[in-house]
Amino acid sequence: MENIEIKTQKIYACQISDVPENGGACVLIDGEQIAIFNFTSKGEWYATQNLCPHKQQMALSRGLIGSTGTEPKVACPFHKKAFSLKNGACLSGEDFTLKTYPVEVEKDKVFLYI
Amino acid sequence: MKKNLIVIGNGMVGYKFCEKLIAKSGNDLYNITVFGEEIRPAYDRVHLSAYMGEKTIEELTMAPLDWYETHNISLKLADPITNVDLDRKMVSSHSGLSLPYDFLVFATGSAPFVPMIPGVEKEGVFVYRTIEDLDMMKAYAPKATRAAVIGGGLLGLEAAKALLDLGISDSNVIEFAPRLMPRQIDQAGSDLLKGKLRDLGIKVHCNKNTQEIVGDGKIEGMTFADGERLEVDMLVISAGIKPRDEVAKIAGLEVGSRGGILVNDLLQTSDPSVYAIGECALHNTMIYGLVAPGYDMAEIVANQLVGADAKSFTGFDMSTKLKLIGVDVASFGNPFLEEPDCQTIIYENKTKGVYKRINIGNDSKLLLGGILVGDASQYSMLLQTVNNKLPIPEDPEDLILGARGGEGDAGAGVMALPDEALICSCEAITKGKIISEITENNATTIDEIKKSTKACTGCGGCTPMVKDLIQGVLKSQGKVIRNVLCEHFDYSRQELLSLAKLNNLKTYDEVLHKHGVGDGCEVCKPAVASILASLWNENVLGTGRLTAQDSNDRYLANIQRGGTYSVVPRIPGGEITPEKLIVIGNVAQKYGLYTKITGGQRIDMFGAHVSDLPKIWEELIAAGFESGHAYGKALRTVKSCVGTTWCRFGVQDAVSFAIEVENRYKGLRSPHKLKSAVSGCIRECAEAQSKDFGIIATEKGWNLYVGGNGGSKPRHADLIATDLSSEECIRLIDRFLMFYIKTAEPLQRTATWIDKMEGGIAYLKSVIIDDVIGINEELELEMQSLVDNYKCEWKEAVETPEIRKRFVHFVNAPETKDPTVKFEEMRSQIKAEDWNIAKF
Ligand code: SRM
Ligand SMILES: Cc1cc2nc3c(=O)[nH]c(=O)nc-3n(C[C@H](O)[C@H](O)[C@H](O)COP(=O)(O)OP(=O)(O)OC[C@H]3O[C@@H](n4cnc5c(N)ncnc54)[C@H](O)[C@@H]3O)c2cc1C
Ligand code: SF4
Ligand code: FES
Repeated sequence: MENIEIKTQKIYACQISDVPENGGACVLIDGEQIAIFNFTSKGEWYATQNLCPHKQQMALSRGLIGSTGTEPKVACPFHKKAFSLKNGACLSGEDFTLKTYPVEVEKDKVFLYI
Repeated sequence: MKKNLIVIGNGMVGYKFCEKLIAKSGNDLYNITVFGEEIRPAYDRVHLSAYMGEKTIEELTMAPLDWYETHNISLKLADPITNVDLDRKMVSSHSGLSLPYDFLVFATGSAPFVPMIPGVEKEGVFVYRTIEDLDMMKAYAPKATRAAVIGGGLLGLEAAKALLDLGISDSNVIEFAPRLMPRQIDQAGSDLLKGKLRDLGIKVHCNKNTQEIVGDGKIEGMTFADGERLEVDMLVISAGIKPRDEVAKIAGLEVGSRGGILVNDLLQTSDPSVYAIGECALHNTMIYGLVAPGYDMAEIVANQLVGADAKSFTGFDMSTKLKLIGVDVASFGNPFLEEPDCQTIIYENKTKGVYKRINIGNDSKLLLGGILVGDASQYSMLLQTVNNKLPIPEDPEDLILGARGGEGDAGAGVMALPDEALICSCEAITKGKIISEITENNATTIDEIKKSTKACTGCGGCTPMVKDLIQGVLKSQGKVIRNVLCEHFDYSRQELLSLAKLNNLKTYDEVLHKHGVGDGCEVCKPAVASILASLWNENVLGTGRLTAQDSNDRYLANIQRGGTYSVVPRIPGGEITPEKLIVIGNVAQKYGLYTKITGGQRIDMFGAHVSDLPKIWEELIAAGFESGHAYGKALRTVKSCVGTTWCRFGVQDAVSFAIEVENRYKGLRSPHKLKSAVSGCIRECAEAQSKDFGIIATEKGWNLYVGGNGGSKPRHADLIATDLSSEECIRLIDRFLMFYIKTAEPLQRTATWIDKMEGGIAYLKSVIIDDVIGINEELELEMQSLVDNYKCEWKEAVETPEIRKRFVHFVNAPETKDPTVKFEEMRSQIKAEDWNIAKF
């Protein structure tokens, strides 16, 4: 296996107020749909691909977020498959993984590393 | 030196054999090569029909390609073995590979048996075995309107259901024998099943011998030996299976006169270094067309190859349960034993569509077998009782009717089984294994058990038993199993509702902080959101509630395939003016929506982009429409018939009363959806008896029924009061609904709520009619305050900027619609793109 160096870039995504508390919203960056989650109860922000790998639906930003134990997760609105917000692993026992992106919040703005 | 092991066939059994061998470290002993004829790795054929609907190829795949790689299995797909040289111990494949083996395993399965009917080669004639077969059927179905299946066995019926799922409403089953599923059920069971299938839209023709398939190039019809003819433009042949023994035969292995590779109790063929397992193996005159015996064979051969003690194959139980949605059929043990060899007990209820038969030993000590049609909920337990020779009740009929009068304990049944009892026969998981997972590894959910043991992952038939087992074990450990919401709340819905009310809590966060732990999840959030709505009737999208709403409530619309939404304005009682019809037409046209009359007497507009929703509603509201709450666990519709306003039989004004009732309870949120109807006379054209609360006119007033349900388990509503005035009727409904809202479990319809209620309908009547617990005044007041608090939530949503701004797909590009949304055209309207067409 080769190691590929991945360079990330910090990109402005949206205003904090665009993402509801304890919920998600979708941004369009360079043709890519990214779901951003404002995990207010933990004081954390997460970002994943917006596409649910189960039926290829652009829907994860509209999912309910919450936790299993201490693992933060989002449940897809379509069939409630749940995914870890930390590493994108599917928590409903299937072989899917979501892309995740680092998020940074400065004042009232949300940035992504892509 | 490792030896060479070659497996021919990468189907369910071939795969399971590899899995078992790997689990026994077989890859330390062997270089494993698998040849598969199909282009993809093994998939779950048992659930093939799910590919017509919810499941993708990926989900059906037994293990992804990298699994084989990780375990050093060389998998050659799309490369069938064409010859085996038994003397030189070599196989040769279609692509020209020649490989030596020390051991060879045939797992070539079977192919559909296609009888020599003239015309079978015509276009539009299919078999039902592989993903490709289904793809071809899917591609052909849009051209077809009437279809048939030859063969009324287990697979034939599944194929017939698949035809319905493909949108073919006229589906026929042709069976040569005098009854359906002739190997599993008896005539009486078949007759009942026939009726059930008719209700599903499948017509059954027994005693029919197909003579010819007619048509010019493609099928246009079928003719039968009795001279009749059936016009169909699509046909699926499911007349049995034919073991794939052709390569074995060429190689010179012994095969049965009617097919199948002959094996002994160790699953060895006539050449001891060659095995055969699964549907291609002929053991003791039997070909097993089921997956569980195949898995058992795989286990036995894997054990021999790693030198573990060699158990032998001694045959397998052929008990089965049909997976058809909406029809329960099962047979177990020996279903066909008859008197005087046994005592037979039969229960038949034609109105409910239930037939049950059990065969009991003449000494009344053992259950020998039986048949269940219409209600197979006791299947697993009965099968266990046969297989483990469990003692049966003194009144054996209790086995099928349940103990009447005594105290029923669901868990006790499983707990009485011996530890060796096979709970999951697909994966051969015993009760002892599951118990140790629960007690030693603390696996207390179905998901955890699935992960650690693979139980429940095959046919799924054992899931209810595993559930009972978990409950039973926890109970025996003295752990109190309370019906709590989820890991975040240690309360039942009823308790939480009282707490939220007592403490005047109005947002999800308040409830979580005061009474819960952690961050919540997709189970407790909608449940709490529903409680809050039922308590205060404030806008569900208000601050602190928005993100606790379930998918549909969060956008006040039903999410559809592709991510668009449907819009359903309220049309109380189904009555609508021409002016309003025109508005709906205009709005649908303007926003490019698909329109359909729903089963609830109103109009649904599908395919709305999320950002169009507020604009659409603005126009609808301006024309006097309100939200129809089709997205909520809330009052849906109150259907009506025309009653005295037009009908020559009507005895009351059903439309006016339906509108009054619908307007009273509109916006009322509840544990599950609520439906109602008002019929103008006993002919019952509004189907009130299938509703959560239904009203039927009498000469003197209204009869009130409660607890009806359509859906997959229909229940007729119970009559609770007669000849009521309109006011009395409303008062009773107020109490009924409020009592339901306060005490039901999340997502429990009124029908299940009543069925689970201790004391049942009699108790319900004593509370809401006789007021035995003295709460009726309170119930009425609570309902009145909810009614007074009603506001159209869509009107509030479009008028409140804070709420309205959330209706966008991209928050950083609010004007842009989701570009991945795709529509197709059908009958001059749009439809969502099929999501089973894989996007690679
Ligand atoms: C649109 C409609 C079908 C149609 O084209 O006619 C429909 C569509 C859906 N039904 Fe239904 N049902 C519709 C009438 C019915 C009826 C007939 C009736 O109401 O008279 C029934 C049987 C009666 C009953 O409920 O007892 C019915 C029994 C169900 C069930 C099974 C409920 C049960 O207790 O078993 C579900 C599943 C559920 O709710 O969990 C369901 C669920 C659904 C959902 C919400 C599935 C979903 O979650 O996406 C569908 C939403 C489609 C959408 O986006 O609008 N639908 N559904 C009908 C809407 C009526 C309306 O005007 O609001
Ligand atoms: C629609 C449907 C529903 C079913 N429902 C149930 C059910 O509810 N319960 C149940 O127990 N069973 C059910 N079955 C039966 C179950 O699927 C089979 O018993 C099971 O698949 C048998 O496994 P197998 O590996 O022996 O055969 P298969 O799964 O058929 O696999 C054999 C494989 O070998 C390949 N092959 C054949 N010849 C060669 C060759 N020369 N070289 C290389 N590869 C070759 C074939 O292409 C195939 O991929 C159902 C079957 C169908 C079709
Ligand atoms: S129930 Fe049927 S017969 Fe009776 S009033 Fe209604 S439409 Fe007429
Ligand atoms: S599309 Fe996301 S769970 Fe099915």
